[in-house]
Amino acid sequence: MKEFWDCFKNGIVGENPVLRLMIGLCSVLAVSVRLENCLFMGAAVIFVLTGSNLVISAIRNFVPNEVRIPIFIVVISTFTTIVDLVMKAYLPALSEALGVFIPLIVVNCIIMARAEAFASRKPVILTIADSLGMGVGYTLVIAAIGVVRELFGYGQFFYHQVFPSSYQGMMIMILPPGAFLLIGIYIALLNHFHRRDNL
Amino acid sequence: MSAMDLFKIFISAALVDNIILARYIGLCPYIGMSSNVANSLGMGMAVTFVMVLASIATWALWNFIFVPLGLEYLQIMVFILVIAVLVQLLEAILKKTVPNLYQAMGIYLPLITTNCAILAVTFFGVDYNYNLLQVVVYSIGVALGFTIALLLLAGIREKLRFSKVPQFYQGYPIVFISTCLLAIAFMGFKGLVK
Repeated sequence: MKEFWDCFKNGIVGENPVLRLMIGLCSVLAVSVRLENCLFMGAAVIFVLTGSNLVISAIRNFVPNEVRIPIFIVVISTFTTIVDLVMKAYLPALSEALGVFIPLIVVNCIIMARAEAFASRKPVILTIADSLGMGVGYTLVIAAIGVVRELFGYGQFFYHQVFPSSYQGMMIMILPPGAFLLIGIYIALLNHFHRRDNL
Repeated sequence: MSAMDLFKIFISAALVDNIILARYIGLCPYIGMSSNVANSLGMGMAVTFVMVLASIATWALWNFIFVPLGLEYLQIMVFILVIAVLVQLLEAILKKTVPNLYQAMGIYLPLITTNCAILAVTFFGVDYNYNLLQVVVYSIGVALGFTIALLLLAGIREKLRFSKVPQFYQGYPIVFISTCLLAIAFMGFKGLVK
């Protein structure tokens, strides 16, 4: 149980995929204009990450080492296709908003990196903990960026007006430069706290 | 369809809709491979090569096999496998026939399989209903835009080594702040193509 918890926490704090390992950045920056999109993107990534790593961990003893990468790709793309088709069928507006970034989950480096570094070596239970931790860590970062961008870009929170309606909105927060700026500031903040804790 | 249309597709793919600075696709190699100019040039070459070949291959598969047979739902799985196979083939062929080129971009080729820019371009080429010539021009444009962005950042990062960066901004944070400024500069291209 302790081991399970440690694996889970590792993805959120110790090796946060986005802020520490610098992987899976594309979708974090692209869909974080609205908080709602962020949460659904996070849910999609958690589903694909947990599902595919669970399968990969379960079949790890039968997979020859030389062809493991193509097999991982097939498993991951199966789960991505499921998410893509389900979203298109039941949430068409959201599927439109997230656009190409749902199919692109298949090449999200977080999933491949965890399959290679963790799921193909460790038992199923620990893999679930690790995948959930990584997925939650990803979702927390994307939501943290989404809150700031929606608040300052539109003056809204989950589509509810927070700032007075005379608020003009900071264009830069909605456009690409704002996303790059914010993630730079977040990593700098994390460095700051990390170094202070170690002193 | 005239040469002007093709030129418009090219310019908008390379500058206006720059795949990294305006569409946020392909950021992992952008951050990972931009520490010096020589590396980023090799990466840019490899991406250009694979991107053009992959979009031609997937375009042909899509229009001649998948649409007639009604297999559109297999798109994600087949496209990623086509790219993976193509990269493996290229690696083997280059190693045998053009060792010099293989030396220059060999180490970048395996990384390209999971490069989201390549997969995204194959999706866009199909989504926009381009014909073969347009797909080729479009993918060359995107690859050029990718290389330009990579080279610009690599140049900045080489200069950054000699400047005094605040302690907590050293490393990745300052790279993102530089990217932010680059993206602002690229917004100047908006409205260039109507």
